[in-house]
Amino acid sequence: MRHVISPLDLTVEETDDILALAGKIMENPEKYAHACEGKKLATCFYEPSTRTRLSFEAAMLNLGGKTLGFHSADSCSASKGESVADTIRIISCYADICAMRHPKEGAPFVASQFSGIPVINAGDGGHNHPTQTLTDLLTISKLKGRLDNLTIGFCGDLKFGRTVHSLINAMVRYPGVKFVLISPDELRIPTYLREETLDARGISYKEVSRLDEVMPELDILYMTRVQKERFFNEEDYIRLKDSFILTKKKLENARDDMFILHPLPRVNEISVDVDTDPRAAFFRQAQYGVYARMALILTLLGLAGKEY
Amino acid sequence: MLNIGGLHQGVVIDHIVAGMAMDIYDYLELGKLDCCVAIIKNASSRKMGRKDIIKIEGPFALDLDTLAVLDPNITVNMIQDDTIVEKRKLRLPEKVTNILRCKNPRCITSIEQELPHVFRLTNPEKRVYRCAYCEQKYKESNK
Repeated sequence: MRHVISPLDLTVEETDDILALAGKIMENPEKYAHACEGKKLATCFYEPSTRTRLSFEAAMLNLGGKTLGFHSADSCSASKGESVADTIRIISCYADICAMRHPKEGAPFVASQFSGIPVINAGDGGHNHPTQTLTDLLTISKLKGRLDNLTIGFCGDLKFGRTVHSLINAMVRYPGVKFVLISPDELRIPTYLREETLDARGISYKEVSRLDEVMPELDILYMTRVQKERFFNEEDYIRLKDSFILTKKKLENARDDMFILHPLPRVNEISVDVDTDPRAAFFRQAQYGVYARMALILTLLGLAGKEY
Repeated sequence: MLNIGGLHQGVVIDHIVAGMAMDIYDYLELGKLDCCVAIIKNASSRKMGRKDIIKIEGPFALDLDTLAVLDPNITVNMIQDDTIVEKRKLRLPEKVTNILRCKNPRCITSIEQELPHVFRLTNPEKRVYRCAYCEQKYKESNK
């Protein structure tokens, strides 16, 4: 029984296989339209989510499967005090695979310990969100044609942004990847990530506080939201927030073949005049997310290599 | 000066931080042993000023490695025929259950009380343990 709780639960080879399968699905979606016929995906969402839940449901429907589930802790037996372990034991009787989102970190891991069906972590608090990482990897590999020898800029909240941490952890496994980390001092990447991942592996990276000065170096610019509540005081927020907003003007010295990613939702960190720029890839990224999830569902159900 | 007799066969757990002996006594469940157990509190120590010592008599099987998680300075001497036959070097266990407690309020263990608190050793050199659920680093101050 395979579960995907962390992006690193998948080896590089397994990740590459899933990305390759997602590519095949993109080229020929009709071929996979009945691949999961008779199968059911349970979406167990203990907190609201728009994109992730609908993306999972779209993925299963695209594969000819069906979905069932709950969309908040209030509408499931957690509100009566049922444990995650008991819930997943029951869900295992109803569905073939489960995507779980939970506000508490480690809840999907607990589920995987008691589950009779594959569990996919669909986001556990500020911890892991492996299908976002697969989405990011698929987007980068499709837009750039590779995952190695890239310079990736991460901009914004690098301290609390789980998507940033997960993508860094996944990308360091590919050769020749460099990182440019653009954030205010208060929101730099956590020490453990710097020491245990970047320094420990001898990865090339630099930390800067201005986006425009590093723009020409980047193959990928991964934007994240700088949230007001992360700052100690309002003056710091007001002073710093504009440094981390991407505008059409700031893109002037970016490469033509650079691409802009964002896990969404976007608030104001990417100005809307960037949306029409051909380098803006954040809405395409959401589409790639469906293909990545389709490939992961097929893989975990053991249907990846089958003829349909 | 209080004198506690020598040990013919058994274990001496030495260099325990003064005041911690009872915690270790409870953790190792020494109260369940039938053999003779001596707890020496506040013994004078050149290195530590004051320290606690536990002496346990007789052959028995105890997982002493977990003591390294509780206090890295603890030393363990194995005694046979009145002499020290082994100065046991404690190795940090790869996984510990219900010794350390996760204090991360965002961790699933904060709301599901029946879950065991499991920690994994992620950096032996720096003695870093991380919660198996939320991966939060264990900090001494969280004890």
